[in-house]
Amino acid sequence: MLIRSRRPQDPTENDVTPEAMYRNRRWFMGAMGGLGLAAALPGTAWAKPPWKDVTPAEAPAWFAAMKENVAWDAVVPEDQSVDKTTPFKDATSYNNFFEFGTDKSDPANRAGQLTTEPWTVMIDGEVNNPGKLSLEALMTPSRLEERIYRLRCVEAWSMVIPWLGIPLADVIRRADPTGEARYVRFETLVRPEEMPGQQSRFNLIDWPYVEGLRLDEAMHPLAFLAVGNYGRVLPNQNGAPLRLVVPWKYGFKSIKSIVRISLVRDQPLNSWQKIASSEYGFYANVNPNVDHPRWSQATERRLPNSLFNPNRMDTRMFNGYEEVASLYSGMDLRKHF
Amino acid sequence: MTLSSPRVLLLWRVLVFMAALSPLVYWSTQVALQQAGPEPGKYLLLGFGLCALVILLLTLSLTPLSKLTRWKGFTLIRRQLGLWAFFYALLHLSSYLVFILGLDFSVLLQDIARRPYVIVGMLALVGLLVMALTSNRWAMRRLGKRWKPLHKVVYLVLALVLLHFFWVVRADMTDWAGYALAAVALMSLRLPAISTRLPSLGKRLGLR
Ligand code: HEM
Repeated sequence: MLIRSRRPQDPTENDVTPEAMYRNRRWFMGAMGGLGLAAALPGTAWAKPPWKDVTPAEAPAWFAAMKENVAWDAVVPEDQSVDKTTPFKDATSYNNFFEFGTDKSDPANRAGQLTTEPWTVMIDGEVNNPGKLSLEALMTPSRLEERIYRLRCVEAWSMVIPWLGIPLADVIRRADPTGEARYVRFETLVRPEEMPGQQSRFNLIDWPYVEGLRLDEAMHPLAFLAVGNYGRVLPNQNGAPLRLVVPWKYGFKSIKSIVRISLVRDQPLNSWQKIASSEYGFYANVNPNVDHPRWSQATERRLPNSLFNPNRMDTRMFNGYEEVASLYSGMDLRKHF
Repeated sequence: MTLSSPRVLLLWRVLVFMAALSPLVYWSTQVALQQAGPEPGKYLLLGFGLCALVILLLTLSLTPLSKLTRWKGFTLIRRQLGLWAFFYALLHLSSYLVFILGLDFSVLLQDIARRPYVIVGMLALVGLLVMALTSNRWAMRRLGKRWKPLHKVVYLVLALVLLHFFWVVRADMTDWAGYALAAVALMSLRLPAISTRLPSLGKRLGLR
């Protein structure tokens, strides 16, 4: 409540940013540390200064309209001098998006041809409101938020990226899960003619790329559906036009270019687990104590780095988002890696 | 002047030298110009590793080529190319130690203990080192008849490198399959049934 009294203008009744977040110490510190104070004012003309050196992009009308009323800095790292935002150029030229190839530069070089409009998302499974929604219909009932999240790749590198999007919980609530729903399953677009990686005959991934979350993970306020980054629509190589961002899990859980969200009873078999279940699990929570067979997970290289300074730092449990720990109480995270 | 004249052969060796050096020059320039992406160390690591493998394959193509053509040029650059493969493998390892690990050797020890692909890479590098050390005239003379069997270790090195590469690949085997196919092709050219026919094939093709 201390927080509320310090921030009288907080839109606490705003369903977009649940009050629970503000009660949390991290969220509070984040908002105080950043520009959250002014930013949280709804409907004001105040806008955040644009991110530097960002390639502008044409945005659909609904996106432009939503951008008029963004909750800027809704979540920011507690110490932005440590977690400096990765330059736009790096976050958009060094990507794992195997639909476009396996080289880190392939997505930036080859994703330009992806058609992202029109875009529909199938909502199905154990829901009372199934249907095919346009991206606009999926997004516009919520308010756009900017969240600056750490992104930790399972390959032991990491970045800090400002996303624009809405809580995943909003979308799930609107879909209205039935009592049978236990998991959320996500699917990426399959369109080999625009996704050259899907044409490869020696690719081990059985397209579509599939990811999943337990329903309570998906409902956690930190789970996020992004349509933009750096104040603009998502560049294709970052998973346009709609991607998941689950900051306490390794990057591969944050599935890109989503075309289907299904509420299901059984735990989905995510693509990487299917290829190599000894290396990639369902949960894939960032965990410095459980190594990947090919990489130690104890530390990470924060990018961009330079030749003589790998910029190594200690990896934090749940990527530093310890507020999710209660989701896993009583679970052996060595077994459920 | 013919293709076998000393001048041509010298020029050829110089050209091969410059060609083998050019990837290093190119990548260093890219890094210096900040065109190597947000993780330049990894960029160099992968580039050097791949370059070592490619040069290793090229080295192994020299014997079949000289059988096919009888041109001295191919045998003349064999030692040079072998040393280049070793050189790039060494740069690859150094990139790993300096750029990725930041010379944190405790991580290296863990990696060696736990990660098979690192062990396999190490063994391959040891093989290359042994060949590099025994590639001079003095060692050849000392080793005499044993020199040739010793340098057959190159086949083992190639297999180890492909295994190393295989374990590094995560999802798309296309590139790996290409290199493995090249390796299998080069190896089959060494099967007696095929290698003894190469000279006559070369004649028929007008290559010798
Ligand atoms: C000396 C010990 C070695 C170590 C510690 C080492 C380490 C590595 C590492 C860390 C990677 C990248 C793994 C990743 O993608 O995360 C790699 C990839 C690779 N290494 Fe090595 N390596 C060694 C020896 C060698 C040798 C001797 C060769 C070839 C002659 C070689 C060829 C390659 C190739 C071709 C790749 C894959 C490059 C790509 O993915 O494009 N390595 N190695």
